[in-house]
Amino acid sequence: MSEKYVARSKAVASRTLGGEIVIMSAVDSTLFILNDVAAQIWLAADGQTSLSEIVKWNVCEEFEVNPEVAYNDAVEFVDELAVHGILQTSEHPLSPNDTGAAETP
Amino acid sequence: MSLFEKLNQKAFDLGLPLNVHMDVTYRCNERCQHCYLDHDDHGEMTTEEIRGVLRQLQEAGVFFLTLSGGEPLVRRDCFEIIEYARSLKFHVKLKSNAVLITSKQAARLRSLGVGEVQVSVYSHRPEIHDAITRLPGSLARTLAGIAQLTSEGIKVTLANVLMKGNAQDSEEVHILAEQIGAQYTLDPTITPMLSGDTSVLDLRLPSNELNELFHKSKLVGDVQAFCAPPPAVDEDVLDGYPCSAGHTACYISPYGDLFPCVQFPLTCGNLRHQSFSEIWKDSPQLKEVRSIRARHLTTCSSCGHLGSCTRCPGLAFMEGDMRGPSSADCEKSYVRTGIVSAGMIARQSASANLVQIAPLNFRSESFHGVA
Repeated sequence: MSEKYVARSKAVASRTLGGEIVIMSAVDSTLFILNDVAAQIWLAADGQTSLSEIVKWNVCEEFEVNPEVAYNDAVEFVDELAVHGILQTSEHPLSPNDTGAAETP
Repeated sequence: MSLFEKLNQKAFDLGLPLNVHMDVTYRCNERCQHCYLDHDDHGEMTTEEIRGVLRQLQEAGVFFLTLSGGEPLVRRDCFEIIEYARSLKFHVKLKSNAVLITSKQAARLRSLGVGEVQVSVYSHRPEIHDAITRLPGSLARTLAGIAQLTSEGIKVTLANVLMKGNAQDSEEVHILAEQIGAQYTLDPTITPMLSGDTSVLDLRLPSNELNELFHKSKLVGDVQAFCAPPPAVDEDVLDGYPCSAGHTACYISPYGDLFPCVQFPLTCGNLRHQSFSEIWKDSPQLKEVRSIRARHLTTCSSCGHLGSCTRCPGLAFMEGDMRGPSSADCEKSYVRTGIVSAGMIARQSASANLVQIAPLNFRSESFHGVA
């Protein structure tokens, strides 16, 4: 299985409102309101940390979930956000210069 | 409930200003017949002042930021403002006439992640559009600007403001929008000038043209549903709020004045003298606006249209009473459904009384309409 790296895109609007992270794509205006698990993945998507590590440390450590199920759900989630230009994915680490990952989400 | 509705409900429950419309200037390179603004600079906020306001808006939880004018691009620092807004992660919508948008600027707007550009297009015919903007060649330049935007993949919406002289072209403008890959929205609302001058209201569409418009499926979708009789007024309707103005949305003028909405010129404070959160939380004017439920509306609370009327509290305010009817919306409800509104009946009886006073007491000939 190849590794997956994810980074927050620059082409998004985002805000934490009442404890929930709200994200909107500037590419197609799709709106997402993230649940707790999705928020953990979003916040950790720095382009440098692999998705499997994010799931291991930020999801499985925080929530009582089966690691395999959690990883598969995470892949589905990041792929959906990638379609809308909200996350960038790569098999290699992504440079902060190419993404919005270094900025405050 | 859609995600947008859920987000709006959440903002409403938390008292968050989810949407802010900020005019960065009233200056403009067009002179549209129906415009509600003057086009002078009476002391616009500086770049630094606007940056400070944007930081406050971010802290307050504003998510959707509309930057408009006047023509925002006549400000030399417009891109600096947009760039700063995007760095604060606002969803930015720009309202522009697109006349000044070149390929370079369109590319920059895309790279900044601007979510949408809304452009006013009054007709597909230059002689009509240019007569309204009073800028020769403006339609050609606007369409060229739009082409630059769409070629960059930026979402563009054509705002088709309808008035006497251009309503007959609405379907063609809709077709134009489809041809150039833009969204289309129509707006038959002409508002008084912020100065209070109501002369522009003469441009409002007469009932027969509004009626024709509201029965075009190309423009309103399902005509039968759009023109259906209003739903019954129940307790939920009576407990409802007139609109989002002052609840989850507000307007900021180029001079820092804060209103509930761009169409609701009730000054609630000034950002040069008070912080945004201070005004948003403590302004007596905003508190008053927020206190009004549908059941508190004079005349409208007893109107059968209450559950579906597009009543604008700002237009009502400009007619003299923010709790009263807005005559333009009364007319729209009537034209849509064929059912007379309570506001129309009230106005009719008020004017009937005035007509009767003089003829009955003094001049019998005027009773027959001779005088």
